[in-house]
Amino acid sequence: MASIVTRVKKKQISELMDKKKRMDDRDLTDYREMKIEQGIIERAEGSARVLLGKTEVVVGIKIEMGEPFPDTPNDGVLTVNAELTPIASPKFEAGPPDEMSIELARIVDRGIRESKTINTEKLVIEPGKKVFVVFVDIYVLNHDGNLIDAAAFAAMSALLNTKMANYEIKDGEVQIKPGYEQLPIRKHPITITIAKIGDKLVVDPSLEEEEVMDARISMAIDDDENICAIQKGGSGYFEPDEIFEAAKIVKAKAKEIRKKMNW
Amino acid sequence: MNDKPEKLIDKKGLRLDGRKADELRPVKLEVGVIPNADGSAYIEHGKNKILAAVYGPREVHPKHLALQDRTVMRCRYHMAPFSVQERKSPAPSRREIEISKVIRESLEPAVFMEYYPRTMVNVFVEVLQADGGTRCASITAAALALADSGIPMKDLVVACAAGKVEDTVVLDLMDTEDKLGAADVPVALMPNLNAVTLLQMDGTLTHEEFEKAVNMAIEGCKQIYVMQKEALKKKYVNVTEGIKEEAEE
Repeated sequence: MASIVTRVKKKQISELMDKKKRMDDRDLTDYREMKIEQGIIERAEGSARVLLGKTEVVVGIKIEMGEPFPDTPNDGVLTVNAELTPIASPKFEAGPPDEMSIELARIVDRGIRESKTINTEKLVIEPGKKVFVVFVDIYVLNHDGNLIDAAAFAAMSALLNTKMANYEIKDGEVQIKPGYEQLPIRKHPITITIAKIGDKLVVDPSLEEEEVMDARISMAIDDDENICAIQKGGSGYFEPDEIFEAAKIVKAKAKEIRKKMNW
Repeated sequence: MNDKPEKLIDKKGLRLDGRKADELRPVKLEVGVIPNADGSAYIEHGKNKILAAVYGPREVHPKHLALQDRTVMRCRYHMAPFSVQERKSPAPSRREIEISKVIRESLEPAVFMEYYPRTMVNVFVEVLQADGGTRCASITAAALALADSGIPMKDLVVACAAGKVEDTVVLDLMDTEDKLGAADVPVALMPNLNAVTLLQMDGTLTHEEFEKAVNMAIEGCKQIYVMQKEALKKKYVNVTEGIKEEAEE
């Protein structure tokens, strides 16, 4: 609800932004401090925890055998799901996924899928019949804004940390062999979200910035600096020039982060 | 339906249905098609056939959703089971839930939400037949339905996609192009305010191609905007003529 507090806060945040400042002393294009830990859940085939300021997201990867989709018999399957757990925010409730968690999962999904990050052809056991299904489960543990980028970084870090079981086919039966193989990853998309507050664009919005923003735009950039997924969200709008400006900021920011990540 | 065409664009630069790269599919719009609704519209965009209806502003249900300073807009985008090749289950899919959200967010900036506190506006979209670009056609129809309902608006919202097919940036992708093409960029626009209210993308585009696609989609939106205004006027011309005739009798 756009309460009086939100309006006062919006004024405060906008006035700071006119001086190119933010509530937490960041520059308009700065990320909060990001920490990534991989392999934190031993039971999962891959996992990672991302801390983005106070936002905390864990992604666990499970791999199971299943059937391919009828229209893609020669590809493994990628499934992304997001849970906004009630421990993460007073605003989250337990229950079936709402549109916010579905949107989050689908944005992360598109970033991975459209950039062809996973070489799904290598996940085929028997074409048309048996493939590996990669389940990416996003778990939000503390919501302090910009869940999209935190979840996308966590998903990518977890995928890079994922090991698949070795197998062989004996008499038409799949048998698991000892040892592991790395999940075949060929791209490393970076998703960056920009919020529009008044006429300013800011990178990595915090929760209080999200509460007052007009709209946001998230873009996934692949290793060759191409754009591979975009999502505008929020009940405001962007002028075309603001979109192109956002694309420029994202491109530069993705380059900067990619260097730090060693991807 | 399963045989894939070899070429999506021929040597002359024409597409599967004979269109040029920057050409729209035929669009037909009609306003006031559901008598029970407060506002309604029907769109045929290529082979897409979509109905949109608006109910409200009306009592909020459930009550706890009510906002003290503006109306609550809810939107439901739904595809009929018979709208696609393989029957679609009527239960809302994750895709439909996401599209409902982005359609709502594309319409909200156009409505004077603060005029109707503690009320709800419901926008219902039913896709009767799908042919690629349903979310865009849905927005175009839903904005007309909102205008028809009489709720005050800053501008109409009109949507159109651009994308990349083989190596060419093209306007208004149809189903086959959407599935086999390299990228799809749906855009919704409030033309008078130069405001983009929906932007999504999937596929792979360079920054230059992306700018070209957005600009092309905006041009497409402006063409449909003219038809949108015509359709809205047409209904009310009919209404005024009806009144005149009654007065003469």
